Amino acid sequence: MDSWLANCIARVSEAADTGGQLAIRGGSSKRFYAGPEQGEPLELAAWQGIVAYEPTELVVTARAGTALSELSATLAAQGQWLAFEPPHFGPTATVGGMLAAGLSGPRRQAVGAVRDFVLGVKLLNGLGEVLCFGGQVMKNVAGYDVARLMAGSLGTLGVLLEVSLKVLPLPVAEKSLRFAIDEATALQQLNQWGGRPLPISGSAWQDGILTLRLSGAAAAVAAAQRTLAGEPVDDAEAVAFWWSLREQTLPFFAGEAPLWRLSLPSLAPPQALGSTLVEWGGAQRWLRGGDARTIRAAAAKAGGHATLFRADDGLKAAAGVFQPLPQPLARIHHRLKHAFDPHRVFNPGRLYPDL
Amino acid sequence: MSMDNTIADLRFAVDRPALIKRLRAVLPASALLAEDEEMRPYDCDGLTAYRQLPLLVTLPENEAQTQAILRICHELHAPVVPRGAATGLSGGATPHPDGVLVSLARLRNIIRVDPLSRTAVVQPGVRNLAVSEAAAPYGLYYAPDPSSQIACTIGGNVAENSGGVHCLKYGLTVNNVLRVRGLTIAGEIVEFGNAALDAPGYDLLALINGSEGLLAIITEVTVRLTPKPELAQVVIASFDDVRRAGDAVAGIIAAGIIPAGLEMMDRKAVQAVEPYVQAGYDMDAEAILLCESDGTAEEVAEEVGRMTAVLEKSGASAFCVSRSEAERLKFWAGRKAAFPAVGRMTPDYLCMDGTIPRKHLAKMLEAIAALSGKYALRCANVFHAGDGNLHPLIMYDANQPGELERAMAFGAEILELSVRLGGTITGEHGVGIEKIMLMAEQFSIAEISTFHRLKAAFDEHGLLNPGKGVPTLARCREYTLARAGTAPVASSSPRS
Repeated sequence: MDSWLANCIARVSEAADTGGQLAIRGGSSKRFYAGPEQGEPLELAAWQGIVAYEPTELVVTARAGTALSELSATLAAQGQWLAFEPPHFGPTATVGGMLAAGLSGPRRQAVGAVRDFVLGVKLLNGLGEVLCFGGQVMKNVAGYDVARLMAGSLGTLGVLLEVSLKVLPLPVAEKSLRFAIDEATALQQLNQWGGRPLPISGSAWQDGILTLRLSGAAAAVAAAQRTLAGEPVDDAEAVAFWWSLREQTLPFFAGEAPLWRLSLPSLAPPQALGSTLVEWGGAQRWLRGGDARTIRAAAAKAGGHATLFRADDGLKAAAGVFQPLPQPLARIHHRLKHAFDPHRVFNPGRLYPDL
Repeated sequence: MSMDNTIADLRFAVDRPALIKRLRAVLPASALLAEDEEMRPYDCDGLTAYRQLPLLVTLPENEAQTQAILRICHELHAPVVPRGAATGLSGGATPHPDGVLVSLARLRNIIRVDPLSRTAVVQPGVRNLAVSEAAAPYGLYYAPDPSSQIACTIGGNVAENSGGVHCLKYGLTVNNVLRVRGLTIAGEIVEFGNAALDAPGYDLLALINGSEGLLAIITEVTVRLTPKPELAQVVIASFDDVRRAGDAVAGIIAAGIIPAGLEMMDRKAVQAVEPYVQAGYDMDAEAILLCESDGTAEEVAEEVGRMTAVLEKSGASAFCVSRSEAERLKFWAGRKAAFPAVGRMTPDYLCMDGTIPRKHLAKMLEAIAALSGKYALRCANVFHAGDGNLHPLIMYDANQPGELERAMAFGAEILELSVRLGGTITGEHGVGIEKIMLMAEQFSIAEISTFHRLKAAFDEHGLLNPGKGVPTLARCREYTLARAGTAPVASSSPRS
């Protein structure tokens, strides 16, 4: 066995035996996200490399420590990509961290989230066992779908070692359009467009401006552009805009005010809770500042939930990062944690304080 | 009829009279069946080789009655087996001799179709096709389309994570369901997912999809609806060699095309289907490919042009493009009727469901041809070529001594090879009881143990659909020992 992996297993076993805790680290690009890191760092950056990639199979398998930028470059060379546009939040972002954080970019509403593209994982559980779930094929219903369960589990169930992902061809053509409309009209319009066969691959409303992205075959993009009208955005400017949106470098995201992420039914009305940026056709809304209790109550009332995405540790501890779970689900979470990591070795408190 | 299969591994001492008395108190008379003759129609699902009478059959009309049934079963420690339309092919709804079969067929209301948010809220007993029919006036449809879509229900689709012929582009059930409301075995109401695109905490919605009724009972599902494309066209290409057809599939993907559907049928499958459906397939071909493009008229014209160029270059001996929606549906009707068409040619057949990396297609088809000779049984192949999911249909006659056992051994060898080629024993039909022993081929003891612990997180006492999906550790060891001795092993021996 590879010495890195043998050492990793030994550390996990030792922690399990001695009541130790491990903080799993990929590139630490998303350390700001979720609960605070606790325990001895377990670095994955050395566990890197693309294990298998055959473009005609539409599947890539990479070790968890592989840089997301390296993976993207390898795929791009073959005209393919991760279609859910995962945010990197820094040059050190890794494949494992991407899956553990479970975050998806502007294309999420059109193509699906990280979890929709995960085909298989190899992981190390809290008993020091190396386990494989899912595989390298598109369709697989043998056993529970543990691979998808890893998306957004924030390393609390095990150390991700290898990830297999479905990849797709890069879009042939892209065009962005702008519309000057208010939030309520934008939400209505986005939902109406969503019900028509239009190649919409991204939407962002802020401050009276809706930016819309069309992607697909050249003919389809051109036809949709004619149908929707809207003011065309310069192509280079558009690429920069969608990148900055994904990486949260737009001015909206600057400054120290807490950043909330509201995941709502796309039809939920404007929440009037403060400065807002709407994405995903209305299903994801970013909010700066505001009272935690009011925000959580509003999100729940609208049929969704709110995450304290960026804030200082004090506010995170006081307000909680993720919306609290109803009782039966909280109990299932604890038992699932126990099924994978009975000695509570991995990332304690990262998802919920008592998990 | 006695059975030697994995259901009987787990027996429960249930006080039947006490159970009947308690259930009578909470259910209308028509919702409880206890006589053998009235329970007989429920003794199997689509895996008809296995039949078993349950202890009782219940037919709740709503969530409250379902909840009451579960509370009583939980309290009296009686197993529960959920059932939708029983079209499943892996025995996921085969009754348990000590258990209560809970048919959810009467929960069949479409609660709401919301065209603006492109969602539908439906009860589990609503048929797959009925969702698309209800959404059609709004230009929307429900994308996953298993071949049984006329009859199969949404609850069953979620339980099996059903696929269909358009998965590569539009995803499986798991990719098209936003929320599942259900009941734990203890009768607690739980909601996995919500009307938004994600939910806090672990992705339990992903676990419920494909959990084969082992984790929760589904009472309501919110599905995502998809705008109907402006136009869809299908290209049918004939090949005089299956290897060339396989290369054409790779060629289409390599050209950056994600077809809306990409299906392959071999000569035997075409010869079964064509006289039955008159779909217009080439009876002389060794293999045919159905390759669908959808989108705007401009997009389809462009893509069909690129597809036909690839097909031509790959050595297609002939091809034609559907000229109307009626013709497109006729072309698909042949593919969707493949199972019943093969059923006309043989008293019985077993349908396999392995998935392999596409590049191994030719190797697999050659192996199947060899096995067909070895076991002296005919086999037709239909193949979701786009996603590598193969459905060999092994023909046999259960009335001929030893044929069923030969068919099972043939199937097991195909699935073992699927695993060796880097694939899986089941792409979309589920494990159920049919493939439960083969789980030990694909998973280690540590992985199987993880599945058991995962189930216990939802169902501590193992009352939901026992004996399905995941083999006991004792069965795994038995399988491993048998493999070390006289390979291959049939998935389990069906009846004595």
